[in-house]
Amino acid sequence: MNAEARPVVRLAGNSVGALAAMKGVFVRDMKVAFRQRQDLLNPLLFFVMVVTLFPLGVSPEVSFLREAGAGILWVAALLSVLLSLDHLFRHDFDDGTLEQLVLQPQPLFLLILAKTLVHWMLTGLPLVILTPVLGVMMHLDGNSIGILCLTLLIGTPVLSLIGAIGAALTLGLRSAGVLLSLLIIPLYIPVLIFGTGTVAAAAEGATVGAYLALLGAFLVLALTLAPFAAAAALKISLSNG
Amino acid sequence: MWQFFHKLGSPKWFFGISTRFMPWLLAGGVILLMAGVVWGLAFAPEDYLQGNSYRIIFIHVPTAFMAQSVYIMMASAALVTLVWRMKLADVFVKAVAPVGLVLTFLALFTGAVWGKPTWGTWWIWDARLTSMLILMFLYGGVIALDRAINDEKSAARAVAVLVLVGVVNIPIIKYSVEWWNTLHQPATFKLTEKPSMPAEMWVPLLLSVLGLYLIFGWLACVRMQTEILSREQRTRWVREFVMKGRV
Repeated sequence: MNAEARPVVRLAGNSVGALAAMKGVFVRDMKVAFRQRQDLLNPLLFFVMVVTLFPLGVSPEVSFLREAGAGILWVAALLSVLLSLDHLFRHDFDDGTLEQLVLQPQPLFLLILAKTLVHWMLTGLPLVILTPVLGVMMHLDGNSIGILCLTLLIGTPVLSLIGAIGAALTLGLRSAGVLLSLLIIPLYIPVLIFGTGTVAAAAEGATVGAYLALLGAFLVLALTLAPFAAAAALKISLSNG
Repeated sequence: MWQFFHKLGSPKWFFGISTRFMPWLLAGGVILLMAGVVWGLAFAPEDYLQGNSYRIIFIHVPTAFMAQSVYIMMASAALVTLVWRMKLADVFVKAVAPVGLVLTFLALFTGAVWGKPTWGTWWIWDARLTSMLILMFLYGGVIALDRAINDEKSAARAVAVLVLVGVVNIPIIKYSVEWWNTLHQPATFKLTEKPSMPAEMWVPLLLSVLGLYLIFGWLACVRMQTEILSREQRTRWVREFVMKGRV
């Protein structure tokens, strides 16, 4: 990777407040991401391709797709978030930016929160935006698509946040990609259950408030705890090398 | 109290003391487990609904119970590892993770065998079973991460973080029965209520749970001793132990 593509972090010094430091990381990560546009597209292409495999591999019947569509879209979204997690810290780890971040006087968990936010905005959010198109291709009705988008909107940040822990733990290891999936998929399962459960409940005409509230609870829990765990894991991984 | 705490951190001290009480753990565990299982399998009354097939409960419940409590023990030890950097705590986590994996597998396996006559199917995607399966994945992840990191200290601390993150899953396992409430019967033992089964059934069950606890304690000691010996192989006391056969 050429050096110009990776701006340096400019947030050194005690004078910079925690929020300003977060903003600095956010802007810098956005810049880096938009200079590598193909990396932004890859998870989305993966998402579309995985979804395509199901009608081809299982059945193109409308009845099947209507029933399984929400689940397929959720699983595909989960997998493409998982695939993109490797990028979350990898490049910064390779060129030493990450060590500088750890050395900042501002709390590391806030900086990680900013990085995770960028990650979600560039993978989770585009997946949510893409979902209605794929939902129509899976013959889901309008109401289901709306609910599905809503669950993905609440659920994908949880995926990014939990994933940040796994990415931090497996940083610099040999078979990091596979290991990351092994560690993280079990933790994703409750989110998946409630995400697809919401759509199923909506399809049966039940109220979805309770499901959405639980998903929201997951988000709040992940938002409060995951950055701390990821920061701890990151420090351990950096002291490793 | 503090002296005890400091001693607990010393692998050599643990090695000495555990050698002394390990025979008691093993003997007590075998006696209790045998008593519980033989009583349960041969003498306890038949269930009026499930007939004799319910008797696998005397294996299934102890393993399922242990599978979950081993994870909680691991999580406590992981917390100790991160907060106090106590060497023994991460030896414990590393030593018992495979034991927990096997216990979870046994719980799932005996559950499947029990499910066939009772529910008419080996496996059902019930919340509780699925949570147990997730627990097995969590154990697998812990073992995989531990093997993947070469440096002992960072492996211990990384595993501790992972175990603590995974412990969030334990309440989901516990309360999933009440949340989804599908095929699986609710937990047999509750601390706050009288068991819903007659004493001839729950006493042997309790005996086998306690017996398995003691056997687990013995197994944990054996595995921890092995791990300590391999970690401390360069120290003088290990060399003396190997030469003389005692600490």
